[in-house]
This record gives sequence, structure tokens and C-alpha cells, in this order.
Amino acid sequence: MQFMLLFSRQGKLRLQKWYVPLSDKEKKKITRELVQTVLARKSKMCSFLEWRDLKIVYKRYASLYFCCAIEDQDNELITLEIIHRYVELLDKYFGSVCELDIIFNFEKAYFILDEFLLGGEVQETSKKNVLKAIEQADLLQEEAETPRSVLEEIGLT
Amino acid sequence: MSDVVERTLGVLPALLGQHEPGAGPGGAGGPHRLSASSRLGSLIRNITALTSKHEEEKLIQQEITSLKAMVSAPTTSLRLMKECMVRLIYCEMLGYESSFGYIHAIKLAQQGNLLEKRVGYLAVSLFLHENHELLLLLVNTVVKDLQSTNLVEVSMALTIVSQIFPREMIPAVLPLIEDKLQHSKEIIRRKAVQALYKFYLIAPNQVQHIHDKFRKALCDRDVGVMAASLHIYLEMIKENSSGYKDLTESFVIILKQVVGGKLPIDFNYHSVPAPWLQIQLLRILGLLGKDDPRTSELMYDVLEESLRRAEINHNITYAILFECVQTIYTIYPKSELLEKAAKCIGKFVLSPQINLKYLGLKALTCVIQQDPNLALEHQMTIIECLDHPDPIIKRETLEILYRITNGHNVVVIVQKMLDYLKETKEEYAIITLAGKIAELAEKYAPNNEWFIQTMNAVFSVGGDVLYPDIPNNFLRLLAEGFDDGKEDKQLRTYAVRSYLALLEEENVFYPQKFLQVMSWVLGEYSSLATDVDPETILTRLHNLLKKTFVTSETKAWIMAAVTKIASRASFSKTVDKLIQEFSSSLDTCMRQHTFELKHLCEDKVLMKGLLPFDASCNDMVVDASLSFLDEFVAEGLGQGAAPYKPHHQRQEEKLSQEKALNFEPYGLSFASSVSSSGIAGRQSPTGLSFGSDTSGNSTEMGHKETNTLKLEGVRKLWGKEGYLPKKESKVGKEDEPQTVSCSSLLARRVAETPVSKSDQVSSLSEEEKEKQQLASTLFVGLGSNANVSLMGKVDLSTQKFKRKSKVDKAQSNEEALNMQNSAASDFGPLVDTVPITKEDCDGDKHTTLRKPSLCSSDTVGETLQSVKKPGLDDKLSDSRLSPLSLFADSNIEILQPSPSSQCENANKTVLLPSLAEELEELPHSEVAELCQSDALALYLCKVWKDDSLLLVVFVSNKNPSALNAVNVVFEKEQHFQILESPACQFPVIEAQSVGHCQKCVRMDKLCTQGVISGFVNYQSEMETHLEFSIPLSLLDFIRPMKMTTEDFGKLWLSLSNDVKQNIKMPSSQDSISAALSVLHQKLKLHIVDIIGNEGILACQLLPSVPCLLHCRTHSGMLALWFRSPCSALPDGLLYQCQKVMEES
Repeated sequence: MQFMLLFSRQGKLRLQKWYVPLSDKEKKKITRELVQTVLARKSKMCSFLEWRDLKIVYKRYASLYFCCAIEDQDNELITLEIIHRYVELLDKYFGSVCELDIIFNFEKAYFILDEFLLGGEVQETSKKNVLKAIEQADLLQEEAETPRSVLEEIGLT
Repeated sequence: MSDVVERTLGVLPALLGQHEPGAGPGGAGGPHRLSASSRLGSLIRNITALTSKHEEEKLIQQEITSLKAMVSAPTTSLRLMKECMVRLIYCEMLGYESSFGYIHAIKLAQQGNLLEKRVGYLAVSLFLHENHELLLLLVNTVVKDLQSTNLVEVSMALTIVSQIFPREMIPAVLPLIEDKLQHSKEIIRRKAVQALYKFYLIAPNQVQHIHDKFRKALCDRDVGVMAASLHIYLEMIKENSSGYKDLTESFVIILKQVVGGKLPIDFNYHSVPAPWLQIQLLRILGLLGKDDPRTSELMYDVLEESLRRAEINHNITYAILFECVQTIYTIYPKSELLEKAAKCIGKFVLSPQINLKYLGLKALTCVIQQDPNLALEHQMTIIECLDHPDPIIKRETLEILYRITNGHNVVVIVQKMLDYLKETKEEYAIITLAGKIAELAEKYAPNNEWFIQTMNAVFSVGGDVLYPDIPNNFLRLLAEGFDDGKEDKQLRTYAVRSYLALLEEENVFYPQKFLQVMSWVLGEYSSLATDVDPETILTRLHNLLKKTFVTSETKAWIMAAVTKIASRASFSKTVDKLIQEFSSSLDTCMRQHTFELKHLCEDKVLMKGLLPFDASCNDMVVDASLSFLDEFVAEGLGQGAAPYKPHHQRQEEKLSQEKALNFEPYGLSFASSVSSSGIAGRQSPTGLSFGSDTSGNSTEMGHKETNTLKLEGVRKLWGKEGYLPKKESKVGKEDEPQTVSCSSLLARRVAETPVSKSDQVSSLSEEEKEKQQLASTLFVGLGSNANVSLMGKVDLSTQKFKRKSKVDKAQSNEEALNMQNSAASDFGPLVDTVPITKEDCDGDKHTTLRKPSLCSSDTVGETLQSVKKPGLDDKLSDSRLSPLSLFADSNIEILQPSPSSQCENANKTVLLPSLAEELEELPHSEVAELCQSDALALYLCKVWKDDSLLLVVFVSNKNPSALNAVNVVFEKEQHFQILESPACQFPVIEAQSVGHCQKCVRMDKLCTQGVISGFVNYQSEMETHLEFSIPLSLLDFIRPMKMTTEDFGKLWLSLSNDVKQNIKMPSSQDSISAALSVLHQKLKLHIVDIIGNEGILACQLLPSVPCLLHCRTHSGMLALWFRSPCSALPDGLLYQCQKVMEES
């Protein structure tokens, strides 16, 4: 996978993850073009898009569009399911997720994405395992927020 | 409408406020939601409340300013910094510049506690890319975290490494990550594998030595770790499938277990067992089984089971089915499986779900050439999809049609493609589609009119985004023509008429490329349309020149056309007007062209000789040694000019004068030989370093240039600089004033004139019938007997516009002298062509001149001298004053093209394949057999010439009778480029004899190993086709580079790409000189100098990419340090070094 974008129906970017090195200018251009193209498509149309030399796979969940760019020989349908699995993960984590959850907690959404997809490849397909990893980190986070610093603890060991 | 938006937005902040504290049903107790009072929360809320982009900008600028102040304040706590980073990520997502915070993100990752570190790493991964320079600062943090005992820290470090990591720092973390492969926690093992996968992608050589650890990962008891290792295997098998055939069985067993539901239930996805894993495995199996019946045999069972098991009606099963079908069609075919796969494709194609339909079409596209009957089976669906409202479906359908095009259905299919081309706005789609249309038109055009019209449409729609080779090929086709002269003339005349008609329209904009094509054709062939007054054409061109939208490049093309037409008319008012108008033009190029035109017009005889009619395809021989200038040089020397010294010599002299102290590295020895010729001197035709033995070499250079000239053909002649004249014109003046009554078949009208029968029927009958009709036109020739034509590419007989083979015309040395002059074309077209023209006219010394191989430089010089006009002579010496010193002391060798140095030349020798004598002296490989059939055997010998890799292929006829029409064709390969044409033809090879052909190969894209494949076909009793492949390695393209220590030092400092590595020295060679001599012998590296325990070596990748190597020995290790302007070259060489050191 080359990159993943989340944007709203109004065309506002909500999340972006790039797995290929690109300049900021290029990223902006790609984002602008893609958001326009995808938003212009009708709901009955195919979820796949040939765009430049890439395939775009997108799916709309409520007011959010999830959009992935893959190479030509990759499997489009499984990419669609990657999106779906990600939404499932978000849903499980936030508890019936909505766009606002992602807007206000985008860093959490990134953490989940990083546990699921790493460097553009599916890292862990078991829903349980992904969430376990996130919860583990969250747990430490909670402790860190309490006066007793975890850093100290680790620094000593 | 806007009112509604406004109100909605107005409500939003309130909504957000409500939502915040409660945070949804799952929020309680679970993960934290940001508190309503947080800065980020209010920022987001404020932005959402804004109505205009402008206000947003203002707000964000404010925010950024305050962030900037905050992050750089020393009092800011890490906790606050974390908040800042999150806000900064948000700003960046909105598209605002936030690079000032990057360094703080790195700091946060380094100093923060777990919670802050996590955000720091996240910010780094979002802000930076793997080539960002700041990333180096992260390496220490990563190393520290990898060594931490805290699982979360290790896992965070591995996560960042798997996403972005600087390539050159891999050695710093590699051992740590390798250790993690044995970690007790599966999540750590998994991430470590993932990190190694990343390393493999960015620097495969660095992880070469841990392949056995990958195998261990593949056998890991945890499914996640095993699945992660498949990513690496997929990549490695893609590179080299033959090395992993032994793993086929393991993959099959794993897939069997997965399909059989043996995995933990966690990995199920919608009750399908581990679909991601299945797809990955199917893909690997496809790669392994390709063209390999034995390996494919192993997987038939499991593939069948996969097909059978995937039966639930859900996207995920379709995804697996699709992959299965692809694998089945990729591996060695088995009829039962193919049948099932075909049925499966049918399911996709007929599905009402649009996504599945699309994939069905995609699958059809892939398999249609193997199984044309599938196209017939689904023809009605294909027809329906042609008019589908979704352009993506349409495009894929056109792709299918493109692959089944043949001589019978080309008109209809191209029409459909043109329709789409006109609708689409997307540049990429236009480029690819226009290329395909041009290809089909060239291959299958039913008649000339259609061809020209189609190409007109391609040019006018595709315009300036087209690949440049489309117009080039088109022009070449027109220029070279076919074997039938009458046909050629018809085509050209038609083109001329259609362009005139197009230009007649006022206020129509055509793309620049199209205008260039038009002007070239008009310039070359307008006289073929005898009923058109040249004055009319000139007026049209003149009008074009005045248009503002015409670029200056196009103007140069137009001026060239005007010049050519003017040479054929005795007098033209338009030309005079044009000269007057543009000789004071502000555009200097235009002024120059006008000036040239003016002077040519003053001497009509000269002009006619200069611009011959229809001679664009004649071959040229270039005298790269510029021997015809000898006379001139001698004269200059006689008058006391200083002899020419090559650049490096001057440099050296200058240095030795200046030299007092040498502060440059490696400045120990001071070789005075002319050794830097490797870099600069090779092509310079100076006598200094070129003794008599190099003369052959320079001849060869000349030849090579000839060949490239031939190849590039049209483009070279009419380049940016305008027109390099060399035409002859015998077709004099036609002056019948007549208006053009062209059929006015305009590009834009092509759409309205489809030649399909179906359209005529359609108007009277109902929709169904229309489709049936269309189907019959589209799928004509797809029946069982037409299998051959279906394969498209094999169908040579119907190729309408087959390009003439270049070999036929190699012998035309009519223009030999022309060429010699164009070698000196820098001096401007006017001056440099004068001598030939005179020669052409006088013709008294024709015979000596026509055979450049026979005449000595003296005679050429003399001849040139004798035919120069005195006036022009002055001009000549004027303009060549500066080069005077250039050739002062040169003893330039005479042009002596020997037949064997011509790479193209396919000549014959005795039966036993052996190299020609002059090649025998060069380093070369053994003559090895490539492939063999009853009738003939193919042998190969690689000759490592100084400046290229020469492949010599011997075709030996073992038959007692002659073989006819033997064709050796090399296929295009992305890494390599075969100079000249990729084919070699032998009209006949006598019984028991050997033909041989030579090809120069260049490496275009760096790779350590690659293959050029190709085939040979020949006519004995029946046509036979034999395939072969030639393995090539990076080393084939590496040559020693001779240089002095001092040059080395200079070059070293100027190069930026570094690779360092320590390798173990074999015990047999513990001294530096022994080790270096191994590198010298095996890798052809040139040893520049050895000083103590250090040594420096140099080599170059052909044609001229240097790579320098510095070696140092210490305690049994050899420290290698490479530098090169090409970033991948050091890696490749390092790998080779490791290999040879291990072997020795």
C-alpha cells in the first residue's frame, strides 16, 4: 500500500498516512486531486479507481471516506477488507465510532493504524491482538499520568 | 444551499460541545477521550466553526505562531510539548507548514516518558520521510529503546524502524533487531521481522546474510510472525523465484492448514480463516509455479481446495477466489483447474455487484490472450460494459478490447477508444490510451485514410502530453515507408492534404506536437500534392508563425518546413514577406532561421542540393575524428597557433605549476601518464593519447554514432535547434495555382465518421439487435480458427505498417560525405553543409568520396578544399578560429569502417563458432551454448569491450540444407537496453555454417543480476520458434577506471553517496595487496595506489559512472568504503566484494 487517506464528505482531511517518501508538495497535490475525484463519484459506482499508475480503493462509512492507494497487481477486494477491518478496530476501541471520535482523537486512530498496518503491509490481522497491543500501551499511559513516573521505574531497571 | 451549510456549521460547535464530555457509550471506562478544555479540542472546534478558508488560515497562523514560541521556550515541559506536537500534527494535516517542530518531535521521542515518547515517535513518523536529514538524529534514540527492558519501548522503536529509517544507518541497529527475532514475546518477534522486511526493501544487500533467520521466522509457532515473514519471502521470490523452489512444499502445507481451518479462531475474518495469509500464500505460489510444471504439480491440490472452500457470498471470499484464479492462470496450466477458474471468472463478470464485475473484467483482461473463448462467452456482458456509466468499468472493458484487436475489428475498437479518449480529462488515462490507439493503428490499419485520420485524432486530443515516441514513430513510418512505393506516395499525399485542410480552419488550436508533425510532413512531402500551389502552403505556415500560441520550438519546425518548400519553388512572395517580417524579430532563434533562409534563397543551386527531396531516411556516416579538418589544422599550425592539449593535460600542467604543498588526500604519488582518459579522453579525437591502435576505436565511435543517428532518425534531424539540412531536391517547381479541394477529413470529425457497419444497422433496429451487431463486429475473428490472430502480437502477417528493417539499408553510403560534415555541425547549418553541396553539384570526385572507407583523410581534406568557394572559405575559417587549437597536433586516423565493428552487421563465418580476430584480443567469455534444436544451435560469447558489453550470438546451422529467414530477437528488459534494434535477421544461413550477430548492451537500471531473454525463429520445413535467455551480472558492466592518486582524491571529495562495511578477510589473503589483487582480478577494479595498510581502487559502471573504493585492513577485517554519484552502485559492488572475498 502506498498511502491511506481519511477525509470527510466536505473534503476535509481527517487522517493521512504515507508509506512512500514524497515531498509535502506532492502529498498536497495528490490529496487535493484524489479528494476531488472520489467525492465526484456517484454512490453506485465501483469502489476502485485507476489513478495515474495506481489503483485507488475507497469506501464511505457515514460521512467519512477511507481511501487507499495500492499498486496495480495488488488485490483490490482485500484492500477493501483492510479498510473494513480498520473501521471495525476503531469501532471496537471507541465503542461505535463516529467521525468526531476520529477528529478529536486522531492520534489514537494513528496508533491503532500503526498496530494494524506497518510500513504499508498488514501486520496483524487478529482483531484481538491489535487491541491488546493498544490497550497495553494505554495502560502504561494511564500509569504515566499518575504521579509515579514510569520513566523513573524503567530508568532504574 | 449555502444558507443550509451555514446553519449546519453554526450548530456544529454546540454539537461538539455536547459530545465531548460524555464521549459516547464505549468511552466510559475505556480509552480516554480528550477533555473539552484541552487546547486541541478548542482549536478544532474553532476551526469547524469558521466559514471561510481565509479565516481558517488566519486562525492557524495564529496557532502556529504560538506553537513556535512554545516549543522553543526552554521552560516548556515535556508534557506540554506532547500537547504541542498533537496540535502541530493537526496543523500539518490541514496543509500548513510546520517544519519548525520536526526537531522537537525527535527530541520528544528521545527524552519523554512513555506517554510522551509515543506521541514523539508518532509525530516523527508523520512528519519525516525516510530520506529526511533530521532522521539521523533519531538513530540514537532508537538504539537506546531497542535495548530497553520495557516491552512498550522496544515495540515503539521497532514500529518506527519498520516505517522510516535512514538506509545508511541500518548497520547500527541490525544486530539489535536480529536479537529480537529470539524474543519471547511474539509481538516483538513480529515487529522485528517487519523491520527486517523494511530493510530488505530499502537495502537488500544489508540483510543478505540473515536469510536463514527468515526461514526460522517462517517456522515460528506464532501465526503473526510467520505471516510477517511472508512479506519478505514474497519480495525475495519476486526477485528470484528459482532460489526458493524448495520452500514450495512448506508454503503449500501452510496454505492447506489455513484453508482447513487449523489456525486459532482469532485470525478468522467474517468466519473465513486468515484471508490475508491465504492471499499472500497464493501470490507466492503463483510466482513459484510460473513456467515450472514440476513445482506447479505440487500446488494443484491445494488450489482446488481453496476454490472449493471459498463459497460464502462475501467480499472476502471473492478476494480469495480472485487471487486463486490469478494464480491458476499464472502457474503451469492444468486443464481441470483452468476450467474451474474460468467458471469463477464468469461468476465475477456476471455479478450484479459492480466491484465484482470490475474484477471480472480485470481477470478477463489478464487471461484473454490465453483463453480467447472466454471473450466470446462473455461478449454480451462486455458490450454492456462498454456503455457503462462508470468510466472505470468502461476503461477496463476497452483494455480487454485492446487485447483482442485484430485486422477485422480494429476500426470499431479504435472508434470506441477514441470516444473514451475525448471524454476523459485525466492526463494519465489520455497518455496510455493514446499510446494504445497509435499502436493499434500502426499495426492493423485497414487503409491509408483511416490511418491518417486516426492519428490526427490522437494528436489533436492527446496533444502535448503524449509520449514523444508516438509522433516520432509516426514520422519515421511516413519517412521510411513500406516496400511499395506507390502506397507510400498515396499515404504521404493523403497526409499532406488532410493537414492542409486542418490548417485551413481559422481559430483552431492544435497541440504543439501536432503542429510539428504537420509542418514536417508539409515540408517534406507537400510537393506530392501536385495540384496544390506551394504558395498556399507557405501562406498557411506563415499564418501559423504569427500565432501567439505557437511555441518557439514549433516555430523552428515550421521554419524548417518553409525552407524546404522554398527550395522547390523558384520564387515566392510569401517567403520574401516572411524574411522581411522576421529578420528583425525579437526572438533570436527566429532571426537566425530567417537569416539562414535568406542566404539560402540567394543561392538556389546550393539550396536545392542542401535540401534533397525525401532523403530523411538515408543513412549517415559520421567521421568522429573530424579528419576532414586536418588541412585546416595544419594551416593553423603553420601560422603559429599553439597545438591542442586535451582538457586533463591542461589541468595537470596548471596544477603542477601551482603546486607547492598538496593538501589533498591521496596525493602521494604523481603518475604523469595520461591516465584519466577513462573519464575524459575516451572520446576526444586527439592524437595525444591515441596511438595507432586506438584508431580502430575511434572508427568504431564513428560507427556508433551512425547507428544512433539511424535509430533516432527523424528526431535527430529536426531537433530543437531546428533543421540540420541534408536533403536533395530533384522535384522542382510545381506552379499550378489550384485551390485545395481536400476531402477535409478533420481530426475532430473522425468521431462522426465511424466505419462500423453496426452503427448503420443500429438506427433502425432495437437496442438488443444493436448490441448483437456490435458484438459481431467486435469479436470477429475470435472464433476457433482465428486463435492466431487473437494472440495479437504474433499476428505479423496482417500488420499493415510494419517498419522496414534497418539492416536492408545499411549499405547506403551515398550520403557518406554528408555525414562527415554533420559531425562538425556545431558550426551551424549554413557553413557546415556547404562543401558537400558543392561536391554534389560538381560531382567530379564522386567516386572517391562515396567510399569513405577507401579515401584517406588527405584526399577528403583535399576534396573538401577543392570544392570550397573562396567566399565561403573565409567564412569557414572565421567561424572556426576558435577550434583552431583543437586539432593542432593531431595525427587523426582515417575513417576505416571494418564490417565487424558494425554491431548491426550480421555476417557469416565458418561453422565452429569463434570470435572474429579483432574481438578475440579483447577480454571475453567462453563461447557457451544458449539453446539448441534439431536444426540449429545458438551460442553466446560476451565480449567485455572497454566501452560496452558486446553480446556475440552465433547461430549455427546443423542441417545439411540451408535455413531461411532466421530471426534472432531480444526482448525488452527494464534493466538493460540493447543499442540499435533488438533484432537480427539472416535471410539465409547456408548448410553447416554459422551466422553471427553482435549487440551492444547497456545497463539502464542498476541491478546485481538480470536476464535478457529472446527467441530465435527460422524457416526450415515449418516455422520454428526457440527461446533463450542470457544471464547478465553487474560485473559485466564494470570496467576498471584508470586514474592518478590525485585525481582520485579530487573525485572522492566530490562524491556524496557513501557506503561503508567491514568484511572478514579470508585467511589466504591477509595482506592488503593480496586482497586488493583479488578485487582487481575478479571485479575488474583498478588499483590506484596502496599506501601502508590502505588501498584505493576505482572502477566505472558503463558508460561512465565512477565508483571509488577505499580499503583498510585492521585485525583480519577489511574495511570497505565506497563512494559514487549513483546511490545504488556502491551497494551492488559491496555485495560483489563480499561474494568474491568469501569465495577466495
